Amino acid sequence: MSGSRKLEFTVGLFVAIALLAFFVLAMRVSDMSGLAEGDSYTVQARFQNVGGLYVRAPVTMAGVRVGRVSAIELDPDTFEAVVSMALDRRYPLPTDTSASILTAGIVGEQYIGLEPGGMDEYLNEGSEIVLTQSALVLERLIGRFLTSLNE
Amino acid sequence: MRFHRVLVATLVEIFASIGRRGLRFFPLLILRLGRGSLLLFRILAGLPRACLRPGLVVKQIHGLGVLSLPIIAVSGVFVGMVLGLQGYINLVDYGATAQLGALVALALVREMGPVISALLYAGRAGSALTAEIGLMKATEQLASMEMMAVDPFQRVLAPRFLAGLIAMPLLACIFTALGILGGWYIAVWQLGVDSGSFWSQMQASVQFVDDVVDGVLIKSLVFGFVANWIAVFEGYDCLPTSEGISRATTRTVVNTSLTVLALDFVLTALMFGGN
Repeated sequence: MSGSRKLEFTVGLFVAIALLAFFVLAMRVSDMSGLAEGDSYTVQARFQNVGGLYVRAPVTMAGVRVGRVSAIELDPDTFEAVVSMALDRRYPLPTDTSASILTAGIVGEQYIGLEPGGMDEYLNEGSEIVLTQSALVLERLIGRFLTSLNE
Repeated sequence: MRFHRVLVATLVEIFASIGRRGLRFFPLLILRLGRGSLLLFRILAGLPRACLRPGLVVKQIHGLGVLSLPIIAVSGVFVGMVLGLQGYINLVDYGATAQLGALVALALVREMGPVISALLYAGRAGSALTAEIGLMKATEQLASMEMMAVDPFQRVLAPRFLAGLIAMPLLACIFTALGILGGWYIAVWQLGVDSGSFWSQMQASVQFVDDVVDGVLIKSLVFGFVANWIAVFEGYDCLPTSEGISRATTRTVVNTSLTVLALDFVLTALMFGGN
């Protein structure tokens, strides 16, 4: 190979290696291959208290991840937390599905667990999950336990 | 009493000398900033013409990027291995070693990857760039180009700047990916962390746009811009003597390192400080 061809070849190889590295970062390190934005639908649920739930936390049903939390806002009228979830289109869920905020392990992160209902109509874009159960806040639990001891 | 007066006089003299030096230094700083900005504009104006001669740019990508690859690759692997080891030692007390993948990947993707590769780039390629341009100036190659009606900004500075700007994100990607592989090797092969949880925890916490694109690509583009600007400027602005070139080379490495670290704080605050 002549000098300039060799130079071009090594530079091409360098760019190819870098693109491969970027591909690894995209597919293997971050979750590009997982849930894409396009094939999901968003539903909302209202909670009295979301505890330590954060945006992008997993939403699971029967332990299988079916989506993630896309936004958490406070409703200024009712003072409830409005949690938006992006769910995978592959899993249509009955309209009477219930959502509860659960904790993975004792000190683990919080996630939303869904329990299926029995209706034959399905949730779709923008619908709301009515049956919800708030996060268990440890301080409140202990407080309730102490007052029950006093009685 | 006499001692007291001498002490006060000495202190006043010290402060006065600091002030004098500051007064001399400050206009110089502004002057250099102005010259640097003018140089940047002339380089940017020369960029379209540099794009018309891709051969020059490819040659510089070889010099700045390909030849920096060994040091970037080896450092990446070792940084990843150290992160894996340290993370394991700290996480194993809490039984949270499954989170090791997320820790290694987030640290590398958000901070270490772009910052360390920019620092290495400044030492390996930026200094060479400064010395080369400085020597061209000292041996009056740049002046003779102008004599022949060849614009050195289009022929020499712009291709180098463009090549460095292209090389930096590529190097940062390679550094980050190899670092994660290094961390994976230590965690999974040496320390017995479960490979599945290593990768799945990593995928659950690393976002493509927020972490990979913002962290690696945008940061390293900004760092590449600044590092090459400083390197080219110091070379073009150096005193055309052997001592001047050596000073300019040192200044390139020092100034680039400081600027990259300071900019990294700003970028991190902008990108990841919001939540």
